[in-house]
Amino acid sequence: MSVFAVILGLIAGAILMIATGNNPLDGFYFLFRGGLMNIERVGNTLATATPLIFAGLSVAFAFKTGLFNIGGAGQMLIGGLCATAIGLTFDWPKPILLAVIIIAALIGGALWASLPGLLKAKFNVHEVVSTIMMNWIAYWIIFYIVPQYFKGPFLETESQRIPAAASLKVPWLTSLFSGSFINLGFFLAIIVVVISAFILERTTLGYELKAVGYNRDAAGAAGINVNRNVILSMAIAGALAGLGGATFYVGFASNMQIGVLPAQGFDGIAVALLGANSPWGVFAAAIFFGILHTGKGFMNAMTAIPPEIADTIIATIIYFAATSVLIERNWDKLLKFNRDNLLRRKKKESLEVEAGGDQ
Amino acid sequence: MVDLIYQLFPYAIAFTIPLLITSLGGLFSERSGVINIGLEGLMLMGMFVGAYVISSIESTYPGTAVWIGLLAAAFFGALFALLHAFACVTLNANQVISGIAINMIASAITVYLARFFTGSGNLQIIRGMPRITIPFLSDIPVLGRLFFTQTYATTWLILLVLVLATFLLYKTRFGLRLRACGEHPHAADSAGVNVYLMRYMAVMISGACAGLGGATFIVTLSGEFNGTAAGLGFLALAALIFGQWKPWGILGATFFFGFASTVANVSQVIPVLAQIPGIYLKTFPYVITLLALILSSKSSQAPKAIGEPYDKGKR
Repeated sequence: MSVFAVILGLIAGAILMIATGNNPLDGFYFLFRGGLMNIERVGNTLATATPLIFAGLSVAFAFKTGLFNIGGAGQMLIGGLCATAIGLTFDWPKPILLAVIIIAALIGGALWASLPGLLKAKFNVHEVVSTIMMNWIAYWIIFYIVPQYFKGPFLETESQRIPAAASLKVPWLTSLFSGSFINLGFFLAIIVVVISAFILERTTLGYELKAVGYNRDAAGAAGINVNRNVILSMAIAGALAGLGGATFYVGFASNMQIGVLPAQGFDGIAVALLGANSPWGVFAAAIFFGILHTGKGFMNAMTAIPPEIADTIIATIIYFAATSVLIERNWDKLLKFNRDNLLRRKKKESLEVEAGGDQ
Repeated sequence: MVDLIYQLFPYAIAFTIPLLITSLGGLFSERSGVINIGLEGLMLMGMFVGAYVISSIESTYPGTAVWIGLLAAAFFGALFALLHAFACVTLNANQVISGIAINMIASAITVYLARFFTGSGNLQIIRGMPRITIPFLSDIPVLGRLFFTQTYATTWLILLVLVLATFLLYKTRFGLRLRACGEHPHAADSAGVNVYLMRYMAVMISGACAGLGGATFIVTLSGEFNGTAAGLGFLALAALIFGQWKPWGILGATFFFGFASTVANVSQVIPVLAQIPGIYLKTFPYVITLLALILSSKSSQAPKAIGEPYDKGKR
């Protein structure tokens, strides 16, 4: 399913390149080269992939419990706000400050997302609608809180830059990847992927979450507290997205812009779909999207293709991931049809040969 | 205070109208049983097409360019919505994912094309919709000043669409069938209604309406396409829910939201309003929609079959 969606997404990108008078082979060559050509760009690819890993895990975790978390963007904003607020307020040694930042982002995201979970559990409010509303509430909170309390020195529309001690970037890593954006967030992401896989596959909690996702009524009948698991699943999803926000706003970037919902929140849905909701699948899909996002600027510099081609490809992948069940079914039918035809023809031939032999 | 209301009213109405038409579009789609989270993207497509068409022909046809732009936006909105209909109706895809994909495709492809056409990614129009004061009616005390001065022709057009849409949905065979598809598609099918066709039409109507809404926003308020619909489509979605999937409820909800947004937008420059923190005014539509969802959870008016792909085989 995933491979189909990716191929169709790339084809759609190629069509768009051709339609605007560009050579798609050049486009893809520079797109991938831009994401991978040297150690700095590899570092940037990993840094770009880091928030996507968290956003993808967030969506995937909620999916496992049968919930659709499209509030990743808002949860990232709240996590990022918690991280930025602490980074700008306290003057502690780096290890302590980073630990507090990460915990604050985690808690902020978890609380933000547990409200839709609560509404789902108590009032059966559909989480898709409530998380959309929560996204825009978060958007406007950032819009007013950041200029009021953390205004940058030059622009009304962004926060101050966080001090070096509050950044997930560390000198040895930056110089190892010759000046790239890569930061400790990437290692945090790997740890969280491992923990997520462990929770989902090896613990009672994971078992219960998945049981609720497979069949709510059966899970309830088996004595699993469905409401508790719904709220918990949303809280975990929010915590993951909140961490993603921290890695984006105090890792990849060093300040917060107002008036922007982070695109990673929605790209996370593509990441989860493409990664088939498994933690390591999410990891791989996020790296793939990281390449596209890192390479698009280079491609734009080397060709006349606007960088939004990467976003188009990702959006098309989501579209086809949503529709691929049927496409796949038809593909199977087509294969079977061909195979049957082939068999029939062979049979006919062999019959003819036999008939010929009789004469 | 009274003067303030007189001042704000034309802006509040101008802000309400694009929301209203987009939300009405969502009403058609959701009443037929197809969730439409893609309203934001459909609106953005309308903004792009409207701005592009108008900016490229307005020097040759200064008077009619705006109307041609609106028409083109509605047409391409419907065409783009076909993608959503194809996924949801023919391919039985998850309607929420398809809607998100619509939003993402719209925001990627419109900026891609805008950059390709202009280099900068912004499309500006020089002449928007002119404001008109309606003779005689504007002389009515109070109401005349509130509703009939400084209005746009699009406002009246879209209010007319509201009346027509209400008539279409509740007084015609088409409307009854469309609503039946959203409540009980299997029963509709056994009564001879082509559920697939009805849903295709409903989703395309929603695309046309949202496209028109986006272009209306361009020609009345913003004057340029800058690559985002800034959440207007989601605001329209909130209004659809807060209005409990009913045309007149939607009118009330969009006006509430339009007024709150206008107050928030101008509160910085008007001393009386500066006391109300913008954060409350801007989050108000979303908070109140959440509250409405909680309060109506026992007796939700949402179409019953919403979000379910129709499978003939399960009849």
